[in-house]
Amino acid sequence: MPDSIRLEVTRYRPDTDSEPQRQEYDVPLRKEWTVLDGLNHVKNEVDTTLSFRWSCRMGICGSCGMNVDGEPKLTCATFLTDYAPGPVRVEPLANFPVVRDLVVDLFDFMERLPRVKPWIIRDDDVTEVDGEYLQTPEELDAYKQFSMCINCMLCYSACPVYGLDPTFIGPAAIALAERYDLDSRDHGARERLDVLIEHEGVWGCTFVGECTRVCPKHVDPAGAIQRYKLKAAKESVKAFLLPRGTR
Amino acid sequence: MTEVRTYRRPMSIWWWTKKRSYFVFVMRELSSIFVAWFVVFLLLLVRAVGRGGAAYDDFLDWAASPGIVVLNFIAMGFLLLHTVTWFNLTPQAMAVRVHGRPVPPAVVIASQYVGLVVVSAFVYWLVTR
Ligand code: SF4
Ligand code: FES
Repeated sequence: MPDSIRLEVTRYRPDTDSEPQRQEYDVPLRKEWTVLDGLNHVKNEVDTTLSFRWSCRMGICGSCGMNVDGEPKLTCATFLTDYAPGPVRVEPLANFPVVRDLVVDLFDFMERLPRVKPWIIRDDDVTEVDGEYLQTPEELDAYKQFSMCINCMLCYSACPVYGLDPTFIGPAAIALAERYDLDSRDHGARERLDVLIEHEGVWGCTFVGECTRVCPKHVDPAGAIQRYKLKAAKESVKAFLLPRGTR
Repeated sequence: MTEVRTYRRPMSIWWWTKKRSYFVFVMRELSSIFVAWFVVFLLLLVRAVGRGGAAYDDFLDWAASPGIVVLNFIAMGFLLLHTVTWFNLTPQAMAVRVHGRPVPPAVVIASQYVGLVVVSAFVYWLVTR
């Protein structure tokens, strides 16, 4: 095994660069080193001006997403040895505006997330004060998979629909809506449907399926969206056929 | 909040050639055109049958012309792609449950092929009887 590997890192300094440039760094190639470890080595030993986000280093916080050799990855869970002998291209997550170097602007997503109301909505007056909402293990299983999302944005980066039309509400937001819809304690499905049957909602999705493939938490946003479409279609047919009171 | 100057990377119109999975997706979408073509072809056949023997013979001659044969050959390829890709995607789009238990994806996919064979056999029987 060679003892070093080359990182081809995209740099963008908004004060001096008119567009992103590429810069090369050689970093030690160690068996236990991830791409993030390589970047931290650069930051600590070679070039302190390099900017990127990270926090937990264990695939939990979702802040270290970048495109590695063109694929959206959690850099803390992507090993350098898998790319030996290199070079490894490290770019900011695709489909998002770049703030600086490897840091992207997630404002759009942050602004749109609350629109799908990702919290428990009740249509009665029961609150936590009245005691906990009980749930069986089966009821938990119904939505558990969709609750594993860490908002890493890899799915948005992989989605060509989002790339072409940034108003598309996107995979993780819809998966999260489904997560609450499937929760036995929740009564908010109707409210979320109103948001998601809009043009930017589920119908924007053409089922490319890349979101599911890149998701590090096996959330399957593509599955969530198609199931949502089925639900939305059923509601539309019902609304068309049945008088108001019986719906 | 201070305004940050961000850089928006343009998306190439060739994005779908950059990844195998994107390419397969675009081909799958394209296959719908060929599905529509077969519907038109079938309707033309039905019309020819309705107009009697001479029209039917004309239709058969036309259908056997090299251009149409090549087109149908390509269309058949896309139709197979359409069938296989959509059958494979069904379990993801539909959470099928029987007696409250989730049905494994492989079973959902297999049952679609069984359905395809049954319907094809019925049509074959109808046409050749
Ligand atoms: S759905 Fe998966 S890929 Fe998308 S933000 Fe959540 S964890 Fe990341
Ligand atoms: S640093 Fe937290 S997920 Fe990678």
